[in-house]
Amino acid sequence: MRIKYLGEKIIEGFIYGSGWITTLVVVVIVVFLFREGSGLFNKKPLEEGYGIVINAENKVREITAQEIRQIFEKDITNWKELGGADEKIVVFSLSNIDKYFTEKDLGESFSLLPEKIKEFVQENKGVIAVFPEKYLATSLVHLEIAPISFWSFISGKDWYPTATPSPQLGVLAIILGTLWVSLGAMLFALPIGIGVAIYMAEIAEKRVRELLKPFIELLAGIPSVVFGFFGLVYIVPLLQNLFNLPVGETALAGSILLGIMALPTIITLSEDAIRSVPKELKEASFALGANHWQSIARVIVPYAKSGVISACILGIGRAIGETMAVLMVTGNAAVIPTSFLEPVRTITATIASELGEAQQGGIHYEALFLLGSILFIITFLINWIAELVTRKK
Amino acid sequence: MSLIQTKNLHLHYGNFHALKDVNIEIGRNEVVALIGPSGCGKSTYLRTLNRMNDLIDGTSIKGEIIIDGQNIYDKKLDVNELRKKVGMVFQKPTPFPKSIFENVAYGLRVNGIHKKAEVEETVEQSLKQAALWDEVKNDLKKSALALSGGQQQRLCIARTIAVKPEIILMDEPTSALDPLSTLQIEQLIEELRKTFTVVIVTHNMQQAYRISHKTAFFYLGELIEYADTKQLFENPQHERTKNYVQGKFG
Ligand SMILES: Nc1ncnc2c1ncn2[C@@H]1O[C@H](COP(=O)(O)OP(=O)(O)OP(=O)(O)O)[C@@H](O)[C@H]1O
Ligand SMILES: [Mg+2]
Repeated sequence: MRIKYLGEKIIEGFIYGSGWITTLVVVVIVVFLFREGSGLFNKKPLEEGYGIVINAENKVREITAQEIRQIFEKDITNWKELGGADEKIVVFSLSNIDKYFTEKDLGESFSLLPEKIKEFVQENKGVIAVFPEKYLATSLVHLEIAPISFWSFISGKDWYPTATPSPQLGVLAIILGTLWVSLGAMLFALPIGIGVAIYMAEIAEKRVRELLKPFIELLAGIPSVVFGFFGLVYIVPLLQNLFNLPVGETALAGSILLGIMALPTIITLSEDAIRSVPKELKEASFALGANHWQSIARVIVPYAKSGVISACILGIGRAIGETMAVLMVTGNAAVIPTSFLEPVRTITATIASELGEAQQGGIHYEALFLLGSILFIITFLINWIAELVTRKK
Repeated sequence: MSLIQTKNLHLHYGNFHALKDVNIEIGRNEVVALIGPSGCGKSTYLRTLNRMNDLIDGTSIKGEIIIDGQNIYDKKLDVNELRKKVGMVFQKPTPFPKSIFENVAYGLRVNGIHKKAEVEETVEQSLKQAALWDEVKNDLKKSALALSGGQQQRLCIARTIAVKPEIILMDEPTSALDPLSTLQIEQLIEELRKTFTVVIVTHNMQQAYRISHKTAFFYLGELIEYADTKQLFENPQHERTKNYVQGKFG
């Protein structure tokens, strides 16, 4: 008697507890993501241990990561573009030091380097010198780098996390890439998914349905890498030939794969919703002389609307969070998408391919965690909307 | 000639013989009540009249039902045309998830009537005829789901009237309603019988007695007795009818 009672109590406790434990796990994950990522802000986007110095007469005092990149890529060649005097910019760093000094000049194990840098910087009005801080004399004028702000992270178009000397951490292109690929996926998964669901729930004979059902369920069970392979071997070359593209790895290829992967969710949930329309309601429509199509379009689907919408939203959610398949077929170019026939890069693909090489605790690493948080927020919003739509009924 | 003639009708659900050799004639503007114990085939018979049983897999039919001189199980017959002529009101109110106006307009729209003025006029007329107009005329745009059960059922009747049927089938239309709403529907049926032919299934003997001209008593899929209502209730010819009617009525 006692033992049975105790057993029931334990099970009861477990059932009550499991809800809380699940919630707790979610919270822990979120906190973890943000904690790992939030260190990024207010850090300087410059290689660890490096400093930038300029000539004392130069009036420019602060510079952004993007401007540094532009200078190194020769997109900016004059200080006046940065608000300084009309003076040609002279880049001076370890990678071009041999242009100015021989090994002998620098002495044994660079012992003379600090002296040479100091001289060079004092003589050249347009110089921008990027060196490890230990070689920079304290008397030199340092150029400040604007710290990474939330806004520059979100709205930055350039994602070159390993660029030297200044990594570029703008995720706009990646976020848009994700949304773009997902949008494309939905454009064709929604009509097909809803169509198949209507067919399965309303039109197909029982035998046909029983034949189709396992295939759709199987589709849900195929690992994403396998989809990726399929896409790489068939869809990518097909698109390349069809549209005469330089590369077949495009947003469209990703969209097609994601669409196929979202189909089982959309079909299964929509079919359930359509199937749950009361028989009486359908009969009432028929009894008024409506044919099958009219009944489907004007009574059955509208009645199942909230279920179908939430099915679609959950399908989108699945597509956005998907990694492997898009990683394999989208070409992974972090540029803002303008067409479906260009390579794009998604959040998940970025994290998966870069986390391994990012130095733990470094700004690249932290940026990837923030990307993860953004993905979490996006999927959370989507699920929340799905919840809202279903509850409205 | 009668409006509806049912001749030697048999219906099977798969192997189950649900209607056995049913013969009934129903005249124009008559109200006919179908009574009998649960599972005896009342709904099944009612649903053969607008071929609603077609929607159930595995039903098969033998015999004839002739409406307006036409065999409704003829292969050439357009079922949707038939269902316009033979409207149906169900046990549970089944408003569509649309506005009150659109519920009534639905039957018109699916039958190709789109002229705004015509639709509006028919909707108003139908709601008036179903004694609902005064209650809803100011909220025609409101969702039909917000109406009370009795109002919903009258809306369903208005919806049925709107397509101008000749016959209205009703399957226990008041069994889900409170007494007051039931009374309103009964009064409505008394109005409707001036214009339509009504076939109504009911478990309420008083109701059958009050509103119908003729009554048919079913038992285990067979039509046991079909006679003028007064006679069937006061002087039943068959033992089974007597037992059933007296148990519930007398
Ligand atoms: N779709 C179906 N498939 C198989 N059998 C059915 C089906 N519908 C009804 N039946 C059977 O046919 C018989 C008649 O059913 P029906 O619904 O016509 O009875 P009813 O007289 O309307 O009963 P109630 O008063 O309970 O509504 C019952 O035995 C029932 O079990
Ligand atoms: Mg019944």
